[in-house]
Amino acid sequence: MSISMVKESMSFNTRKLLLKGNEASVYGALLAGCECFFGYPITPASEIANTSAEFFPKLNRTFLQAESEIAAINMVFGASAAGHRALTASSGLGISLKQEGVSYIATCELPAVIIDVMRGGPGLGNIGPEQSDYNQVVKGGGHGSYKCVVLAPNSPQEMCDFTFKAFDLADKYRTPVYVLTDGVVGQMLESVSLPDPIGKKPLPEWALAGTAETRRNMITSIYLDYDDLESVNLKLQAKYAEIMRNEQRYEAYMVDDAELIMVGYGIISRLIRSAVDTLRSEGRKVGMLRPKSLFPFPVDALRRLVGNADSFLCVEMSNGQMIDDVRLAIECSKPVRLLNRMGGNVPSLEEITGKCGEILK
Amino acid sequence: MSVNETVKFGRSKGFFETFDRRPGPIKKNMHYCPGCGHGILHKLIAEALIDLGMRDKMIVISPVGCAVFAYYYFDCGGISVPHGRAPAVATGMIRANPDSFVISYQGDGDLGAIGLNNFLQAANRGENMTVCFVNNGIYGMTSGQMAPTTLVGQKTATSPYGRSATNEGYPLKVAEMVAALESPIYVERVALTSTKNIRAARTALRKGLTYMREKRGFSLIEFLAACPVNLKKNASEADDWIENNMIPYFPLGRFKDVASDRSPIERPEPVFDKEKVVEALFPADSGLDWRKKEAKLRKELRIKCAGFGGQGVLSLGLMIAEMGQSRDINVSWLPSYGPEMRGGTANCSVVLSNNEIGSPIVKETNLLITMNQPSMDKFLPDLLPKGLLLYDRTNIERPDTDRRTYSVEAGRIAIELGNPKCANSAIMGAFAACLRGIEQVNYEEAFEEAIRKTFAKKANLVNLNIEAFRKGKESVKIENVN
Ligand SMILES: Cc1ncc(C[n+]2csc(CCOP(=O)(O)OP(=O)(O)O)c2C)c(N)n1
Ligand code: SF4
Ligand SMILES: [Mg+2]
Repeated sequence: MSISMVKESMSFNTRKLLLKGNEASVYGALLAGCECFFGYPITPASEIANTSAEFFPKLNRTFLQAESEIAAINMVFGASAAGHRALTASSGLGISLKQEGVSYIATCELPAVIIDVMRGGPGLGNIGPEQSDYNQVVKGGGHGSYKCVVLAPNSPQEMCDFTFKAFDLADKYRTPVYVLTDGVVGQMLESVSLPDPIGKKPLPEWALAGTAETRRNMITSIYLDYDDLESVNLKLQAKYAEIMRNEQRYEAYMVDDAELIMVGYGIISRLIRSAVDTLRSEGRKVGMLRPKSLFPFPVDALRRLVGNADSFLCVEMSNGQMIDDVRLAIECSKPVRLLNRMGGNVPSLEEITGKCGEILK
Repeated sequence: MSVNETVKFGRSKGFFETFDRRPGPIKKNMHYCPGCGHGILHKLIAEALIDLGMRDKMIVISPVGCAVFAYYYFDCGGISVPHGRAPAVATGMIRANPDSFVISYQGDGDLGAIGLNNFLQAANRGENMTVCFVNNGIYGMTSGQMAPTTLVGQKTATSPYGRSATNEGYPLKVAEMVAALESPIYVERVALTSTKNIRAARTALRKGLTYMREKRGFSLIEFLAACPVNLKKNASEADDWIENNMIPYFPLGRFKDVASDRSPIERPEPVFDKEKVVEALFPADSGLDWRKKEAKLRKELRIKCAGFGGQGVLSLGLMIAEMGQSRDINVSWLPSYGPEMRGGTANCSVVLSNNEIGSPIVKETNLLITMNQPSMDKFLPDLLPKGLLLYDRTNIERPDTDRRTYSVEAGRIAIELGNPKCANSAIMGAFAACLRGIEQVNYEEAFEEAIRKTFAKKANLVNLNIEAFRKGKESVKIENVN
């Protein structure tokens, strides 16, 4: 397509591309003005590196295959400290390796975007889809009392949109933001309409930009004095409270009269949606709450639903990691059950509807 | 609280006037012990920043180690980073902003132990940075444990009987190792001991920094340095110890200097122009105007395509998805991946729907396409009673099923056309013919468009695949009508 055709259609979000979830996230990043990608190959996230390797150089932006996940996150640390938008992507064990670096970035209050396309664990596990990085991504994961914003897309379209959005949130709150999804969403291909690209952003005033004006900037996370370090911690906690107030994202589906509300994110939410449709067609009152942000968890929405619903069912591809957040959100005021599969298995529609049938009797 | 501080050296403008970032009452002196090599090197760096005019663009990376507070002192950009990761952070900084200068300041534990890989890889990439490597043979900050550079026989907190060559190996010769790499431009080992040695160190440092200013690439300067506290010696005894014990094992000198052979590293300006970004991301052939060609399916098609790895089943699925996309049908495609991938068979799930697609994982199939026997055996049980089966007769026995069944000799058609790889297009032709039977709309044109698009970059394959498509369409055989 020529540029003139794009102009004709005004913007290019009227046009669609067929993209894998992993590819779509790279489009989202580039359109958000991301300048650097640093990563280390790992299935099922590798297409993010591969697609970055193809497109970043076309725009004279940086693609560099790092020697490890540890190196990659520290390269992101450096690029971000220099004031530029930077991205890395990995999965499971690779995310484990990044945690020290993420803790530094969070403490230094730098923006960064990390995509985690979850695979099977623990150990080397396998390359099938799981959701078992929830705890290490949503709860901070590295050392110290920090957290990262976590967005949870369930389609290639959202892989693009949420990655785009992640850069804005990272800048706004000066914090690392994760885009957390699973192998299925990363690997699947769907139609994606792309947002308009943003232009070059001015460098933030805190950046180590290598100029006379920024010469006295410094970025550190070491505070020998206990009170100083406590203040830093309190400042971070205040920021997380603000994020909690402002950034809860969710999708509610057929919840108003639902007796049973299923909670799930990523690929699971699409299965739940189909399960809701099936059960509704049989007259069963079920609904879905899908967190689109995992930190902040959509606590307010869940609390609003507690009154109507008799019980909740969490569907997860892990030992049940998100379920704790659901229980906490509703303060254990209603039964919260778990349907889970592990090892790369995705629960089937029948398993989900069957479990709902059992609960509703 | 006022403290009587004496400044032991003339303050260079490369340092802050007073060290206000340093907590506590002491603001004029550094935190290093008397006689510490770090203090000497800091002074050399500060002076060089001014004399070479590099201060404004410089960022000095503070490592984990006694130099963790280097940013208290240098009047230039400062950042403290994880243990051993300074070269990775430096890489990020100079790739993002190739006009800045970065000193990766590192101790022997930081560089030689925990961070050796990051250091060597940055060296091997030839990053435009200067590494100032302080080899004091000890972990200073954690109070005297063994470093990779601790000498054989040397006693430390973690080698109380002396380092043993058989237990810990011989001390790591970093300069020699880096000089053996192709990419680095300049490698020298100097010592921060006598006046003569310090003068040589000053020259070496400036050489490395000058090369960085010229963007010629990676320099390593290894500084043999005293940690008198952990050697349990005074400053001059420590210097003597270095000269008598360290230098014989770690010889001083220039190991490499090839800067004059290397042209400056150039990194073009990143592109943010909106039109150029759109042009790069939107492939030229993606302008199909699907909006004018909407099509309605009677029901959601949940398709499984399966066969051997090399038969093109994944691209068969992709072409079906393309076809749907070109008619504004919602599509999803998911390749076999993960635990499903076994024994060289491949499969993909394709969903075509006029509604929002729920799960992209196709288990219960209403359209099964198989290209080999194992996938027929595996997936046929999942074909719904009203589902449709299409298989490649070349490779598969006639199945015993009451499902509506079509077959085509896709493999044979492809071989006759001279390229076994176009079997999937023959299957697609047959599929288009089957669809005609179950849907009212004629999708054949859309399929041909999908083939043209799929092979847009390989013009010679377009006609071949179109031919295979037509042959497949014509020769589809009805095996069973239920
Ligand atoms: C990941 C990690 N592991 C261990 C430490 C503890 N630590 C702090 S300094 C140091 C050794 C530094 O030694 P060296 O690099 O030789 O620096 P020196 O103090 O001798 O200049 C260690 C192990 C740390 N800060 N981070
Ligand atoms: S402990 Fe050793 S390296 Fe650290 S400041 Fe003192 S003399 Fe220098
Ligand atoms: Mg040391």
